[in-house]
Amino acid sequence: MVPSAFDFHRAGSVDEAIELLGRLPDAKLLAGGHSLIPMMKLRLAQPGAVIDIGRIQELSGVCRDGDVVSVGALTRHGEIAASEELRASCPLLAEAAGKIGDPAVRNRGTLGGNIAHADPASDLPAVLIAVGAVVHLAGPEGRRQVAARDFFVDLLTTALDPAEVITRVDFPVAAPGTGQAYLKHEHPASGYAVVGAAASVTLSGGRCTAASLAFNGISAVPHAADEVVSGLVGGTLDDASLASVSSLLSVRDPLGDVHASGEYRVELARVYGRRALASARDRASG
Amino acid sequence: MSYHVQLEVNGRRHEREVEPRMLLVHFLREELGLTGTNVGCETSLCGACTVLVDGAAVKSCTQLAVQADGASITTIEGLATNGELHALQQAFWDLHGLQCGYCTPGMILAAADLLERNPDPDDGEIREALKGNVCRCTGYHNIVRAVRRAAEGGAA
Repeated sequence: MVPSAFDFHRAGSVDEAIELLGRLPDAKLLAGGHSLIPMMKLRLAQPGAVIDIGRIQELSGVCRDGDVVSVGALTRHGEIAASEELRASCPLLAEAAGKIGDPAVRNRGTLGGNIAHADPASDLPAVLIAVGAVVHLAGPEGRRQVAARDFFVDLLTTALDPAEVITRVDFPVAAPGTGQAYLKHEHPASGYAVVGAAASVTLSGGRCTAASLAFNGISAVPHAADEVVSGLVGGTLDDASLASVSSLLSVRDPLGDVHASGEYRVELARVYGRRALASARDRASG
Repeated sequence: MSYHVQLEVNGRRHEREVEPRMLLVHFLREELGLTGTNVGCETSLCGACTVLVDGAAVKSCTQLAVQADGASITTIEGLATNGELHALQQAFWDLHGLQCGYCTPGMILAAADLLERNPDPDDGEIREALKGNVCRCTGYHNIVRAVRRAAEGGAA
């Protein structure tokens, strides 16, 4: 399998990438290539031009500033999983990144590429939603920020304009008393999430002061399960209450395919949601 | 459109004009004649095409040759030194870590990446590191033993 022919350009900076995107018709950005190249080999994507942004230094790295930890769009999954800073300040992201694909995939795949592709079976989108991340974009009109909940628009579709570049994602630093967990039921052949559950809870004096839960794999865009967690604040998050709220999960138009029906995915999600919340609670307590 | 690339492969420098759409695995096999790197699933799942790019294991079917411009690459042909097998190659030989051998180059390079990062992995860490490398013959048991043997011998 070989991609159809394209012109190749290498951008040395974000500004140059934006300039090339504006000038070249039918161009696609190439970062780690682990979403785009498979699409091109299958000829599901046949861009006329490919702009390699894989060497733009300013797009890579992890940097904490107060209550926010910024992760450059080019930061690779393996770097995220291994980052001591992220394991401390946003453990949900580090854990989920470490469960993507396999080590060779994590050596190449990038945060920005992952969310730009917006595969519903990907691992990171629900994480961004569960922690309330903010995606930073740069384009010909300047720079703007989009909340994760507004970034994922539909199947393989995001709020990113074709003329824009993702520069970084900002994650709130987990508050004291916070525990987080990402659990997934992965497809045994591909490793993609049949269901992925991202949970974050904060405890103070044994009581829940904040809880969030989001799912990959069960809907066209990651599902923010507010209906599950809205009743948890103020409670103790005992097993019985988690079992009770997990049944409240309600998904309109769940995704189904030859591997798993929508009904099955939602049932799995109820179980994985409960387990992810329990694991997050235990980590918060511990 | 052709694009000029310069790569170091197994310690030797190579320069070529390539089509941007040429995959790294095809560059290695067809331009350089290094056919030890196999093409398996072509969908980034099986790991038969794993090579080291600047020391990190990657699936060369999912990288363009132009992306590797300037990089230093190690393929299975580059592991032995002066006719002496690399510790991983020797351990795979001694412990029957292969049957048909198709997955073996990728297995060994993925294992080399692991041992570089973690010189003393336990069995669980070895299996996790080889998660992206599929073997349809052996059941993996002897592969894991071989990687452990190589680690004990100081393969990194």
